Amino acid sequence: MTLLRTHNLSAFYGDFQALFGIDVAVEQDETVAIIGANGAGKTTLLRAIAGALATAPETVLLDGEPIGHKTPHEIVRLGIAMVPEGRRLFSSLSVEENLLLGTHSNRAGPWNLRRVYELFPRLHELRRLPATSLSGGQQQMAAVGRALMSNPRLLLCDELSLGLAPIVIRDIYQCLGAITAEGTTVVLVEQDINRALDASTRFYCLQEGRLALSAPTKNFDRAALTAAYFGM
Amino acid sequence: MQWLNILIQGSLLGGIYALFAIGLSMSFGIMRLVNIAHGDFIVLSGYVALVVTQATGLDPFSSLAIVVPVMFALGYVLQRGLLNQTLSGGLLPPLLVTFGISIIIQNGLLQGFGAYDHRLQEGAIETASLHLPGGIDVGVYPLLVFAVAVFAIASLQFLFYRTGVGRAFRAVSDDANTAELMGIDNRKLYALALGIAMIFTAIAGVLFGIRTIFDPAAGPIRLILAFEAVIIGGLGSMWGTLIGGMVLGIAQSVGAALDPTWQILAGHLAFLAILILRPNGLFPRTRD
Amino acid sequence: MADHVAGDVAGQSAADSAPVHVERATKASRIFAVLAAVVLAALISLPWWGDIGWMRLIAEMAYYVALAQLWNLLAGYAGLVSVGQQAYVGLGGYMLFYLTGVWNVNVYLALLLAGPFAGLMSIPVSFAVFRLRGAYFAIGTWVVSEVFSLFASLILVLGAGSGLSLTVPILQEISPDRDVRGTMLYLMTLTMSLFVFAIVYLLLRSRHGLALTAIRDSEPASASLGVNTFRTKFIIYVATAACTGLIGGLIFLQKLRISPEAGFSINDWTVVVIFMVVIGGIGTLEGPFIGMLVYIALREFLADYGTYYLILLGLLAIAIMLKAPMGIWGWVIHRYDLQLFPVGRRLKLESADDASKR
Repeated sequence: MTLLRTHNLSAFYGDFQALFGIDVAVEQDETVAIIGANGAGKTTLLRAIAGALATAPETVLLDGEPIGHKTPHEIVRLGIAMVPEGRRLFSSLSVEENLLLGTHSNRAGPWNLRRVYELFPRLHELRRLPATSLSGGQQQMAAVGRALMSNPRLLLCDELSLGLAPIVIRDIYQCLGAITAEGTTVVLVEQDINRALDASTRFYCLQEGRLALSAPTKNFDRAALTAAYFGM
Repeated sequence: MQWLNILIQGSLLGGIYALFAIGLSMSFGIMRLVNIAHGDFIVLSGYVALVVTQATGLDPFSSLAIVVPVMFALGYVLQRGLLNQTLSGGLLPPLLVTFGISIIIQNGLLQGFGAYDHRLQEGAIETASLHLPGGIDVGVYPLLVFAVAVFAIASLQFLFYRTGVGRAFRAVSDDANTAELMGIDNRKLYALALGIAMIFTAIAGVLFGIRTIFDPAAGPIRLILAFEAVIIGGLGSMWGTLIGGMVLGIAQSVGAALDPTWQILAGHLAFLAILILRPNGLFPRTRD
Repeated sequence: MADHVAGDVAGQSAADSAPVHVERATKASRIFAVLAAVVLAALISLPWWGDIGWMRLIAEMAYYVALAQLWNLLAGYAGLVSVGQQAYVGLGGYMLFYLTGVWNVNVYLALLLAGPFAGLMSIPVSFAVFRLRGAYFAIGTWVVSEVFSLFASLILVLGAGSGLSLTVPILQEISPDRDVRGTMLYLMTLTMSLFVFAIVYLLLRSRHGLALTAIRDSEPASASLGVNTFRTKFIIYVATAACTGLIGGLIFLQKLRISPEAGFSINDWTVVVIFMVVIGGIGTLEGPFIGMLVYIALREFLADYGTYYLILLGLLAIAIMLKAPMGIWGWVIHRYDLQLFPVGRRLKLESADDASKR
């Protein structure tokens, strides 16, 4: 069944239109990748879904209910959590406090401090440290953990691999399996196309704010993707 | 021995300045709101206590049971209904709107109560004093005010570092947009923050009104003193604010010892000197 | 006045082929210039047909407009939101009383010295307050003004807490005749107001005006483009202080008495001035005029009801800040595309307006 659907979604930064009539659908329990070049509108799409950008009510539907007009904190309460680009941990909070912040939405579910520490054992050792004293990879784990603490049905991950070493990226992507196993649906935004395609079942490719291609990640036409990605 | 006395009296005087400053420091720390009407809220609290004591026969300390909730509610409603709308538009809107509130409170009080001086009467405790060795007399009341300031800051530290709400306050202060993406309702939280700030403002207003006369125009100077304590201590540091208040109090006491008319001026000059020598205050924390 | 430039505007597809020209004057501004000349002539001739009450009121309007223009220059263009301009009003006033009363300086000379003196004093002040940003700059300027006020109340030769009065011989230097004196003061105030307006206007039309707007819009960006933001702000701050000092001298020459509370009153010389600018429209030259008229109208109509006019003014300022932050004039510009005092350069497509609206 369809968990999230955008319908003719447009988004603006002031007078600048960043998205033009995007239609995407995310089914329960699948992992969907959104790829595209720099400035294609990937992050904007996630921000619009998360409520950080104003959109018309009917353009974003969760379980068929319009949520486009809701504020970010309302949307977290409905079960959509975001791992923002660049991690965005709170610098004056410790690692554990950052994780606990995810509980402000009061959602019940499989994830709690113990489970997050099981998923990322390193965080348990570092829990008392200021979040910003962690390495990039550890910060990314904390950011994922913080989002999980709200027990989301849908997890939006923005550029998990940004600025991280390949081995660290591999570790983090391995954990995605454990997350989806709990019944969490995942949307990945990535510039690293191969990484995103490996981890997902379907992908959408954006180009200059428009949907250029959508296909399953198995047996798709590479040439079509190249064309959609680069706009050729 | 005379200088030790000045140091002690000045430090105790700093207690009330720290109390003045807590609310200002909180609203700046959490929502980057510089509340120009802060001093007027201190004075307004004094007037609310005046009305309560006259209407019910309660003494000023007991009147806090009514003044504190009233000011909390006022803070909550003002932030929710008015000040939240000013926070996304740069420097001028919050400054102007709180300036407007300041003028409305001052002139509202003037119309309602006249330009006369008022005082709250708490009785014997106002004049009681302790005799310390070396011939130093310490007023019980200033000591009490100082203790309240320390207790207030300690409880705020507890709130900030040991509770979920405090965690949310710090998160919002770090990065309001991300906090909202994590499920925090910033607008509600801001309203709560000004409400809590107003609790301390109310306590400050009543304690100050017991020892010192006040009139409708007494607010701005309290704002300035609070502001000076915050800046001297360093933005975002609550204990720094207490130290800032004490530095201000000591500077004033030293000035007053040289010449009684120099008291306030000496405090301002100490503030300007610290501003030039250490623009970020003594214990900076928050980055603007 | 209009420099015609035909050519393409890069990046604007609608304008790719349409000829554009840069214009600085508009039709409305030309009509308005004629109207302003008529009003000005009426004001200058007022002493010959109006009574002293009108002259007093209009003199007050003239110095309030000047103060509002200066604050608007500081806050609306240079982004220096000062709430301590009363420091320079008081300094100017005290300087006039001190020079004439203690040193027997000629009253006109003292008046001319009051401005530069305030400007000079603002230099060390700027070293302290320029270390503060944003709202903290604002309160810092206020503290400085308090310091001046407290000093004035301590210095015996300045009359300490009770202040100073102008003696009759000093006034007789202007004219022994009371009516002539009133006329002289009125005309001096009017001249001063025009002078201040001219300075602000010319400054904004100059290259500094562009630099100022750039600083206000983005200080880091304009700094990286080579605009010396510190120097530009410093010059504006000092020039504004000097003009404010001159106005202060004139204000208290008419009030005949100065005290620390009156001279350094934040409410009289800064708060109402800020409200005027905000209500009228910050960042516009027209705004201060409109805001001043609103203030005077509120005060005159509600004169019998105590200080309720100030409460109303505060409410109005709050409402405008929240609902129409560009003020009354900003709203008018937006609605009707008017500009009476052209300071900007406008790019105009010569094809019909609807081409751009399509």
